[in-house]
Amino acid sequence: MTPIAMDTGALVRGLYCILPEMVVIGTAILVLLADLLLPEEGKKRLCHLSVAGVAAAILSALWLGPGKIEGFSGMIVHDGMGLFFTLTILAAALLTLMMATGYSEWEGTQKGEFYALILLSTSGMLFMAEGTDLMTVFLGLETLSIPIYCLVGFHRGRMRSLEGAMKYFLLGAFSSGFFLYGIALMYAAAGTTRIPVIASMMRDARLYGNPVFLAGIGLLLVGFAFKVSLVPFHMWTPDAYEGAPTLVTAFMGAAVKAAAFAALLRVVLLTFPAILPAMSGVLWVLAALTMTVGNFSALLQNNMKRMLAYSSIAHAGYILVGLTAGGVAGGQAVLFYVLVYAFMNLGAFGVIMLVAQREDDGYDIDNFAGIGFRYPVLGGLLSLFLVSLAGIPPTAGFVGKFYLFGAAVRSGYVGLAVLGVLNSAVSVYYYLRPVVSMYMAPAPEGIPVPRPPRSAFSFALCASAAAVLLLGVMPASALEFAERSVLSLLM
Amino acid sequence: MSGLLASLQFSSPYFPVIVLMAVAVGLSAGFVFLSQWVGPKRYDRTKYSEYECGVDPLTTSTVRISVKFFLVAILFLLFDLETTFLYPWAVLYRSLGLFGFVEMGVFVGILLVGLVYAWKKGALEWQ
Repeated sequence: MTPIAMDTGALVRGLYCILPEMVVIGTAILVLLADLLLPEEGKKRLCHLSVAGVAAAILSALWLGPGKIEGFSGMIVHDGMGLFFTLTILAAALLTLMMATGYSEWEGTQKGEFYALILLSTSGMLFMAEGTDLMTVFLGLETLSIPIYCLVGFHRGRMRSLEGAMKYFLLGAFSSGFFLYGIALMYAAAGTTRIPVIASMMRDARLYGNPVFLAGIGLLLVGFAFKVSLVPFHMWTPDAYEGAPTLVTAFMGAAVKAAAFAALLRVVLLTFPAILPAMSGVLWVLAALTMTVGNFSALLQNNMKRMLAYSSIAHAGYILVGLTAGGVAGGQAVLFYVLVYAFMNLGAFGVIMLVAQREDDGYDIDNFAGIGFRYPVLGGLLSLFLVSLAGIPPTAGFVGKFYLFGAAVRSGYVGLAVLGVLNSAVSVYYYLRPVVSMYMAPAPEGIPVPRPPRSAFSFALCASAAAVLLLGVMPASALEFAERSVLSLLM
Repeated sequence: MSGLLASLQFSSPYFPVIVLMAVAVGLSAGFVFLSQWVGPKRYDRTKYSEYECGVDPLTTSTVRISVKFFLVAILFLLFDLETTFLYPWAVLYRSLGLFGFVEMGVFVGILLVGLVYAWKKGALEWQ
């Protein structure tokens, strides 16, 4: 037998292009091993180790830069968009792990597997964001999802946690099936799973008019819709978000969504222009439904976690508006919004984590009564994040929504943009409810004493707040980075 | 009919697959209807009871099973799959060369970390 020819240069280039992923996976393995060696009281070192690993991954991603590096014969690519999403996801993971310094002590998640699962899930997200082959995207999706299922059910003793994990797992497994079946049908029609190759074949009417291909792309869309929780595929979201340990909820909202939207954006921007007549209607309806159902359901919630869960559904709808608009402007708006949403979401969850003393009923909105004047910093921070989620200037949420709806108007989807603005107006009611409760409701006798945050926790909150304000006041450089990223993809 | 027959490409490499599919579907569908048609029909109380053809159940089926079994099952599955990859690798070892060796080293190394972790955490102990 002749030895199989091996291109050392290509292999090294491939490994070079997944450097951030390798750093994250290496850290996860180190954390697992260190967990065996460290005594019980030294477990907080694991958290420090994870934070250091993610910081190293961010540095390595920056070191790779925005230039296009293809690896593993085009299965994975590190390009401008990959870099943007890599940085977003790693920033979300970093903030989550910094908050874990405090949260793990209070809630008993000071365990090696907790951090290792977060890191492994992060690595899956990175693969998903940089995959240019549908199979890589699928593998990334699975690597992302399986640790998240475990993390949602991490509080083994709480019924809500187990219920959320079970629902998320069953529906997630189904959605993976849809996703894979979609890929199979697309492969049957196109003969390849490479996204750029499929995109270049899209001018051929035999492909975009092929019902098998359209069915495939439809099923793929269903798979994505489950992960980013678009209506009507959102049923798992409130239960999983409420049941999960709050830190995991924050991580899911910020990072999982970013990764899924990264892959969706890659597929949509590259392949949809050709099948736009068939697909824009679908995306339009999904976006309109998701925004409306998410916002109106959030109006009725009394639990902060459930409210933010429905709000995350609504935000997926806003992001989909940008995706429907498509093109450079739409892509840029989506990228910017995903980044902004990660900070707002993590910040809001961070504050309510400090105020709520216990899982489940600790997160009732009434529990926040009178906090505002007693603890001005916490009250101010939570108000800032909620105002930003509602999309009121001068916060980043406003700029993000402005660009999303602006892109929609420019592409001729005026109706969708109007619907989005109306929805934002509705959302102001439920975002300001906790603020009203914090500042105007009479403080009850036993006002809860927020937990004293650890220094890393405070730093994470301040960093999120600074990001929300900075991106709101001076968004130019981030917007420009997002635009260059989209251009690098479309070139 | 003759046109249809002529259009069939017997030489196509997929032709046997189609024949196999047709036979498989035909047989399985045929047996369902055949048993309905030929089989004896006696409907009475015993026939309609659960577990008609078996021993009466002694207890309920919702028994709590120790989590130890699941741990062992998962570990078995993991390392069983590892062997599934090791066999084809061993057969092709010479042609894969150094690349294959390193690649398998990484794969087995990651699984080894898992084994060490499971061992140290006491997943292999049976008390």
